[in-house]
Amino acid sequence: MNTDNVCRYYPMGGGVIRAVDGVSLTIDRGEFVALLGQSGSGKSTLLNLLAGLDRPTSGSVLVQDRDLAKLSSEELARYRRNDVGMVFQAFHLIPSMTITENVELPMRFAEVERAERAQRVRESLERVGLGHRLEHRPSELSGGEQQRVSLARALANRPRLLLADEPTGNLDSRTGEDILNLVRDLSLSLGMTVVMVTHERALAERFAQRLVFLGDGKLLSQEVVA
Amino acid sequence: MKGYDLFELAVRNLRQSKLRNGLTTVGISVGVASLVAMLSLGVGLQQLATRRLAGSGMFDTVFVTSKQDFRGVDREEDQKDQHPEKAPVLDQPARDKMTHLQYVTEVEPEVRVMGEILYGGQTHFGFVTGLPTSARENEAFDNLQGKFFSGPEADEIILLNDFAKELDPQDPRKLIGQEITLCYGERQALPADSADRPQLSDAQNSGDSASGDNFGFSVVRKTQVLKVVGIVQEEPYGGMRTVSRGRIFLPVDLTEKLSMAQFTDMRSSLRGGGGKTYMTLTVRVKDPGKVAEVQDAINKMGFRTFSVLDATKSLRRFFTVLDLFLGIFGSLALAVATLAIINTLVMAVLERRREIGVMKAIGASDTDVKRLFFAEAGAMGFFGGLLGIALGFAIGKAINLGTGIYLHRHQLPSEAVWILPPWLIGAAIGFSIAVSLLAGLYPASRAARLDPVQTLKYE
Repeated sequence: MNTDNVCRYYPMGGGVIRAVDGVSLTIDRGEFVALLGQSGSGKSTLLNLLAGLDRPTSGSVLVQDRDLAKLSSEELARYRRNDVGMVFQAFHLIPSMTITENVELPMRFAEVERAERAQRVRESLERVGLGHRLEHRPSELSGGEQQRVSLARALANRPRLLLADEPTGNLDSRTGEDILNLVRDLSLSLGMTVVMVTHERALAERFAQRLVFLGDGKLLSQEVVA
Repeated sequence: MKGYDLFELAVRNLRQSKLRNGLTTVGISVGVASLVAMLSLGVGLQQLATRRLAGSGMFDTVFVTSKQDFRGVDREEDQKDQHPEKAPVLDQPARDKMTHLQYVTEVEPEVRVMGEILYGGQTHFGFVTGLPTSARENEAFDNLQGKFFSGPEADEIILLNDFAKELDPQDPRKLIGQEITLCYGERQALPADSADRPQLSDAQNSGDSASGDNFGFSVVRKTQVLKVVGIVQEEPYGGMRTVSRGRIFLPVDLTEKLSMAQFTDMRSSLRGGGGKTYMTLTVRVKDPGKVAEVQDAINKMGFRTFSVLDATKSLRRFFTVLDLFLGIFGSLALAVATLAIINTLVMAVLERRREIGVMKAIGASDTDVKRLFFAEAGAMGFFGGLLGIALGFAIGKAINLGTGIYLHRHQLPSEAVWILPPWLIGAAIGFSIAVSLLAGLYPASRAARLDPVQTLKYE
């Protein structure tokens, strides 16, 4: 899978905030890329553009030769549903739903048959190492466990692209490492492309194959990890 | 998203804030209940009125008069008829013709003559009315004391209760079974006419129309002994009769057999045309639905007709307006409930901003989000509708109970003024859902428009 981001330009607020200001970036299939930068550097905005949650003001986001900027909102939703899995710093699990239901939710949108869903939920949860407490609510789980659930949910529709926005930001360093180990293993075993936003350079160097540095919405430099 | 997933998610979302959504649903149900109660009251009243009219025996009846009589009753029609004096008269051939019309079961003349009852050495004056055998079905005979006539020409008599009291103030019921004497005027053809015994129709029909100027008859006082068989509280067909109340009832065929002289005989003698004519013929139709058809056929024969159908036209218009007003009043509560739905859902959108953002991030389309809120609104409408029907049913039962007690106190038979027809149940639930969906329009589109990037921002 080949993600070729030619150029993105994005204003917001009363004035024009150049959150992402002319970034050109190519991400190869199966690659694990970390986006690094200070807060406000535009890395999360870039991730949202990749996720199809946001549209570029100018420029294009090409995913497998498809320009996300030109897709309708329904097509974008389908792209998010089938091709993208997302993990957030705040986990963003739905508090009223059990673990199983949370993982099942994206498959409801994808109209996966009921019988298959149960099996895929089990499969996804096993991949992230959660086989118990499946009928608990997210609030009854530890942060690490919640992030695993969130990861399982991202995997439910078998995406080719995993987008993680500060996935370790709410976890202690040990748990954070566990999660990133898991992400790397999944990336390798499933051939998934991973784009992770983080500001912890040390973690990024340990897990990512390439580091992309952003500042003031501009691409500053790139570094391939040996 | 598939329908059952949508429904499942909607219901589980509704259950998240049970109190709020429950209250909103109860609000809807109150709205539906008031609508249902009002509309079924309308339906009930209409059925009550129709039932009353049907019981009066007027629904299957066409009253026929000649256009020569009662001129000026319908001016518009009179203007169309430039020569009413040439209009056909209600004579025996016309009557026979009507009898043979399709759907007609009987054609009886309206007989109303003056008579006197000799009883206990005293005379009592009263109008005598002839009744056809079909009158047995009339609601006036629902609480008849004694029996109805045993045959169409039986020498029997039924008295109005008031009149019976006049005859025997102590115990009018004792009259039943007794014989009384009726004095009446018999119409006899003039000796110039061929027949001695005035066999009415025969006698007059054989009269030469050329010698019409000689037409005339004499009225001779006669008496007839009759057996009282029953006492009735009110006059049957009372509403459609001429001013004076009939107090003495005989089988109509008997009155004809006895050749009782009627007022109209005077008129026909003045007209000089010849034979006996009727002032009014009462045509009974097999099926109330065919009244219009029969009425039409008789109109074509050149007679003036009147049926309750004409009256029910305005009655139906009245009930349409009544239903409309009841519906509007009933809808008011539902309109308020609609605002409650909008409020509840807008609150839900605000509360669930984050959740909506998450759903979009993991693949929900704008349409999915919109449909989810619609489903929630619809579900509230559905459950509110069900509850509302139950509530409306209870209110209706209470209305019926209340009117029942009221009517009972006034010594009247109880009536169901409130009727819930099955179509109204379906319509109410459907309407409730439709209104709820309408109310969900704004919150749903608001939810669908939410920008996931904004809602997912880390606080």
